[in-house]
Amino acid sequence: MSTETQSGPEISGDDSLEAAHEKNRRVRRALFGCAAITVVTTLAIFLVLFDNAASYFFGARISEVLFDGDSFARTITFTEFFTGTRWAPDHSTPAHGVLPIVWGTLAITIGAAFVSIPIGTATALYLSEYASTATRNRLKPVLEVLAGIPTIVYGYFAVSFLTPVIVGGIASNVVNPAGAWLDSIAFLAPGLLEPAADAMMSVSVGRYSLLAGVLVVGTMTIPMVSSISEDAMQAVPDDLRNGAYALGATKYQVSLRIVLPAAVSGIFASYILAVSRAIGETMAVTLAAGFNANLTANPFAEIMTMTAYLVSMARGTSAVGTVEYQSLFAVGLLLFLMTLSMNLLNDWMKRRFQEEYR
Amino acid sequence: MSTKRETEFLADVDLSREKLINRLFYGLLVIASLFGLVMLVLLIADVIWESVQALTNFDIDIGHFLTGTSSSRAEQAGFGASIVASIWLMALTAVLAFVIAVGCALYLVEYAPENRTTRLIEANLANLAGVPSIVYGLLVLALIVNDAGLGSVILAGAIALALLVVPIIIVASIEAIRAVPSSVRDGSYAMGATKWQTVRRVVLPQAMPGILTGTILALARAIGETAPLIMVGTMLHATRYPDGPFASFSAMPTQIYSWTYQADRMFNGLAALGIVVLLTFLVAMYLLAGYLRKRYEADGGSITNV
Repeated sequence: MSTETQSGPEISGDDSLEAAHEKNRRVRRALFGCAAITVVTTLAIFLVLFDNAASYFFGARISEVLFDGDSFARTITFTEFFTGTRWAPDHSTPAHGVLPIVWGTLAITIGAAFVSIPIGTATALYLSEYASTATRNRLKPVLEVLAGIPTIVYGYFAVSFLTPVIVGGIASNVVNPAGAWLDSIAFLAPGLLEPAADAMMSVSVGRYSLLAGVLVVGTMTIPMVSSISEDAMQAVPDDLRNGAYALGATKYQVSLRIVLPAAVSGIFASYILAVSRAIGETMAVTLAAGFNANLTANPFAEIMTMTAYLVSMARGTSAVGTVEYQSLFAVGLLLFLMTLSMNLLNDWMKRRFQEEYR
Repeated sequence: MSTKRETEFLADVDLSREKLINRLFYGLLVIASLFGLVMLVLLIADVIWESVQALTNFDIDIGHFLTGTSSSRAEQAGFGASIVASIWLMALTAVLAFVIAVGCALYLVEYAPENRTTRLIEANLANLAGVPSIVYGLLVLALIVNDAGLGSVILAGAIALALLVVPIIIVASIEAIRAVPSSVRDGSYAMGATKWQTVRRVVLPQAMPGILTGTILALARAIGETAPLIMVGTMLHATRYPDGPFASFSAMPTQIYSWTYQADRMFNGLAALGIVVLLTFLVAMYLLAGYLRKRYEADGGSITNV
């Protein structure tokens, strides 16, 4: 058997050794190229969004000014963009105040945080401190399924169930009767209570509502909070728990006063990630909350988020060069900068967290 | 001996009250934990219920639904063209993303020096994973669809999806490559193999099951992505079968979106059926990934034991 000597060409002489080295260098460069593409992607996002957003604000793209000799002409001022309260770039009397759709995004994000943060944290505490191994092994995959369902399916769920059944049910079975009851005691302070009672009695739910958007985005961000928080809680050394038990603490005291504070930076990191996801979430909010740029906190009203605006414009496939097309990039840039700052914050939190528990 | 002191010590502790608080807290945590489970059950029940309703109320022929092209008339609308478009997207995304991601992971694990460039690449990966998917759609719309003049074709959609899943595949690949024991590499070097020979013939084959598992999971995410495809400019209805990477298209999720968006109840029913098909694809991909992982663990065990 040893007669079959397979001498590879690589080790048979100096020439081929040099060739092998050369090949190694080429491979190394090619692999570095692959890694560099990921950095180029980030740069491309920045450059393309800035370049195209420039044409929205200044009438020409930066690249056109640099390479084609076009000139800037201020069309939409930053003051109008950031302080205007009407958003309708595609309207016959256009308005370029981005506040209503920024508000829409914030309203969904804040509302969703009120759903996902308490529920996610409680779930993490349960999984980490209370659940038996068997329960945990069963419940965790279910939560992962929740995170793996496409957002379009959540959007469908909002349209076909959450809005008509849950939100509609709350409106007609809770808010309207409460309004009627308020009306019956409105004589106590007519000036104050009557408008409130009228408003509550007239609540009805259309196809879209802020509340449906909040519920659906809140639900889909629960797994982000629960799984990352649970990891942070698991990383808390058992000595801390045992020390507290030795002093006579009960389980609930250990959970709330030992584990929660000890894991706090990891838990906060999970909140930031969930908020970042909620800001960038698109299909579920588009189908649940609608397309009406509206500065309202009324949970039963239709609103529009920044992402919903992007979808509504792209669906109409606005022609290149129109103000609507350019506005996509102004809004996209704002959205990207908002999530980028969240991601950087999250990164910073995670580093702090790792320093503490390694 | 110390009974007196003990009772004094516990004198201000109302044990029954403590017990009640503990019970209430436990109950609260259980209810909160069940919330996610309940929502998941409701969601699945809703989709199935709507699908059954659609089949019974609107007399939809499943064969036609699975093979037909879409239409602005609900009675004639099918899902087949969208399924084919999604398979095209998957294949192209897999090819584009796999090469870049595995290359990047190999570089970071096997080649990268400990310096600022490496740290920049690593920090940037974390950032890329957090970029909203719709932004990738916007990038491809401006750069590829319009500036490069490719148009709203399947390849453009695949590029957007590939950019989206590259960070996910990289993270999985890094883990898989790191899991290859260094003794195996040393053995290869001892035989006189060069670095690239070691990486290609020893490290990659062992890491491949892990890399493939990560890739399949990433593709399972990509197949359900809607927003980037809408930004790239898909058709509202998949009115014909795509015949290649340069065909215009409407994939499964975008077709579901446009059906859900319609006020017509029959379109909503079609969307539910479409979701069932989409979720079936997802489940199949998860099962495949799970199967690979299982086999990998069995194989990997025998190798690391050597």
